[in-house]
Amino acid sequence: MLDTELRTMIDEVKDGHMDRRGFVQRMLAFGLTAPMATQILAIGGVAMAEGPSVYKPTKRGGGGALKLLWWQGPTLLNPHFATGTKDQDGSRLFYEPLACWDPDGNMKLVLAAEIPSLENGGLSADGMSVTWKLKPGVKWHDGKPFTADDVVFNWEYARDPATATVTIGIHRDITVEKVDDLTVRILFKKPTPFWADAFVGAPGSIIPKHLFAEYKGAKSREAPNNLSPVGTGPYKFVEFKPGDVIRGELNPDYHMPNRPHFDTIEMKGGGDAVSAARAVIQSGEYDFGWNIQVEDDVLLRLEKGGKGKTVYAVGGDTEFIALNFTDPNTEVDGERSSMKTKHPLFSDPAVRKALSMLVDREAVKKVIYGRAGRVTPNFLNGPEKFVSKNTSWEFSIEKAAKLLEDAGWKAGADGIREKDGKKLKLLYQTAINGPRQKTQAIVKQACQKAGIDVELKSVVASVFFSSDVANPDTYAKFYADLEMFQIPMSQPDPAQHMRRYHSRNVATKENKWQGVNFPRWVNKEYDDTVDAAESETDLVKRAALYIKANDIMMQDIVFIPVMHRLKVEACANALRPVVSGWANETDNLFDWYREATG
Amino acid sequence: MSQYVLRRLLIAVPSLLGISLVLYIVLALAPGDPFSELATNPNVPPEVGAALRAKFGLDDPIYLRYLRWLAAMLQGDWGFSFVSRMNVDTLILQRLPTTLYVIGSAQILALLIAIPVGVYAATRPYSIFDQIANTFAFIGFSLPTFFTGLLFILVFSITLDWLPFVYSSDIKATGIRWLFEQIKQAIMPVMVLGLFQAASMTRFVRSAMLDVIRLDYVTTARAKGLGQPRVIVKHAMRNAMIPVVTLVALQMPAVFGGAIVTEQIFRIPGIGSLLISSILSNDTPVVMAVTFVFACLVVLFNLIADILYGWLDPRISFR
Repeated sequence: MLDTELRTMIDEVKDGHMDRRGFVQRMLAFGLTAPMATQILAIGGVAMAEGPSVYKPTKRGGGGALKLLWWQGPTLLNPHFATGTKDQDGSRLFYEPLACWDPDGNMKLVLAAEIPSLENGGLSADGMSVTWKLKPGVKWHDGKPFTADDVVFNWEYARDPATATVTIGIHRDITVEKVDDLTVRILFKKPTPFWADAFVGAPGSIIPKHLFAEYKGAKSREAPNNLSPVGTGPYKFVEFKPGDVIRGELNPDYHMPNRPHFDTIEMKGGGDAVSAARAVIQSGEYDFGWNIQVEDDVLLRLEKGGKGKTVYAVGGDTEFIALNFTDPNTEVDGERSSMKTKHPLFSDPAVRKALSMLVDREAVKKVIYGRAGRVTPNFLNGPEKFVSKNTSWEFSIEKAAKLLEDAGWKAGADGIREKDGKKLKLLYQTAINGPRQKTQAIVKQACQKAGIDVELKSVVASVFFSSDVANPDTYAKFYADLEMFQIPMSQPDPAQHMRRYHSRNVATKENKWQGVNFPRWVNKEYDDTVDAAESETDLVKRAALYIKANDIMMQDIVFIPVMHRLKVEACANALRPVVSGWANETDNLFDWYREATG
Repeated sequence: MSQYVLRRLLIAVPSLLGISLVLYIVLALAPGDPFSELATNPNVPPEVGAALRAKFGLDDPIYLRYLRWLAAMLQGDWGFSFVSRMNVDTLILQRLPTTLYVIGSAQILALLIAIPVGVYAATRPYSIFDQIANTFAFIGFSLPTFFTGLLFILVFSITLDWLPFVYSSDIKATGIRWLFEQIKQAIMPVMVLGLFQAASMTRFVRSAMLDVIRLDYVTTARAKGLGQPRVIVKHAMRNAMIPVVTLVALQMPAVFGGAIVTEQIFRIPGIGSLLISSILSNDTPVVMAVTFVFACLVVLFNLIADILYGWLDPRISFR
């Protein structure tokens, strides 16, 4: 699409006719920016810029205590074992990656000395390797130097199946080698356009070799430092009680100038989101509250005359309704929603289309999400560069009804439409949580008006999201016609996210429902597009491929996007946190400070 | 008596075994999976979940897992938490002091209110005092702790700004200040829990007292010319305490469970909140250990109640 235009622009930046900011702004106008924008420039031969720093304090320390409130407390402090972001957040207080993502999706250096680019020799032109230079003089909290050996060790540690890390997926298909004490090279098996996966962001945090070398593989659980981290970060470890509290104190040898600002740090866990919001915004007992999933009117009420406010970060998380392409009510060889069946109602595209028109996203935003949501016609909502502009959505009960009428679905005596003896009756399931149940009610009401009978079902989240083979209520089994939830997009690249819906990943009895394509949707064009994108090193073409993949999905109505969700955090008025939709909340902690009041 | 205690303890062994077996089976059959969060994380290939399941023996048959758990337990190994990857006993011990402090204080507060109020109300049934006490008792146990907890927070933390509503398990200060802070942060949870307990206990003490106070031997004591306080305390109360002891003793383990709500509201890192978060994350070894501790407490407090009966009323012999 914008292929040639972009290429010209990249050349202009190279020639010096356009500055970087102008480029990024133009990209924004085209709907083509954020984290990958800088990567486009990098591949196009322009060095990647580091995100601008907003940090103001001119000396280390003096900021007093920073009190963080996480309503789900971290339960362990080894980034390689972190289940869920809470554990990553906790270990990220002490451990650091080579680089992380700032709010605009720019790369920010942490333990690396420079951002790899074609010019500095960090990136290879064929996309087969990336070379990282490490910051010299960085010390672990126990005084030992941080070197390339540590980075290589983390790769060995994480990729060993016996260690059973959650980061194995990032490390298993790469090779990491030491070039010299302060240089490491990552080799890829195939051309890899998104090279900033390993050692970047919270999952890329690096643990010290000298303390973990003995505890690799099967002995990983026994490492004493699993619970008492010795990292390189701005704060030194003091105390940890799982699920309750983590304490840290200023690291006087921190490798970044004038940082950190706070003298001590405390992360308290437990409770629920509403009371966390109250403790930060209303009573001011805490400085920052994580992931405040609370209805907007409640937040607005708390903010009145409060000691704090809410802050938002835009990422790529989308709440969606998935359609089942197989029949959940027919059993074939002991398997419901079997690939051998077709959904009796959804095999008519008119029904899927009508359904999509019956989800009033504007109302859902107004009533439920408020400032924390954006209305969207797309499944893939970020980074900007990958967001399709070809799509649109509308809400119209009349049009939906007409569509069904024209397709031969006539209202029966009970007001429910039917065709060939099949009634438009749907089972719509989701995980239990306030906003979800409200959304269900809004959708059900619209469907009823259009002659579709919707039965609502809600399942406890711990069951719904479990991989328990024996349970019929998991999202992967999908024994319903519709289901609604969100799959978090954990990095500023869509490859992982979009790969899930490749037909080879269909969840079936055969793979014990471990497949991640739960709508059981098969589309050859989509498969080919995603496959092509995976090894496309021309980032401009690659972005176009992912946009195409999104459009195919929306064309087929595999998902009905309900809301592009933002991260919501509660924050004391004087605190200046740096939160990014592409990173964990504690990822940019070294740049946090408190504005002097008075 | 020591023989009696020994015999009772020996009888407790098979019942605890039975309880542990039932608990284990129920937990094993319950839906959910400790590694479910891995399943929704696109970074984690399904093999990791499978490897972890295999490593922790989750795919073995139930009886084998139970026997393994039992054998380890007998050697004092409580197993380890899947979620925190640390030993369950460390986890529980970390939280026990807080629970004992908060729940214990609440229970003592409840007794301090319930016994005098209940006894006094029973000596003057249908007096103004009795009616007021009854009204408060009814209000008290009709209001759930999550409601009163929230009410307290809104009044004392938000509006008046007197008390903190986030409980901190280790306070920085030392000496008197430390003590002061400890008491300050415990006031609200202890009040919420204590008043709730006191309400139902007051009713109980009152009716137990009423039963006893009309018996002939109390009248006889009065006829001998003993003073009212002496009659009440020495003669009536002692007997009236027998059902109350039963109630308090059997409530002790339940208090741990009932405190779950209060612990959630005030973010108290106690056993209750450990149990609830472990249930939510399907951390079965922790759930198993905590519920088993509850079971042991039930057995233990039953025994204590029985011993107290004998002390309160020597006619109840240890046989």
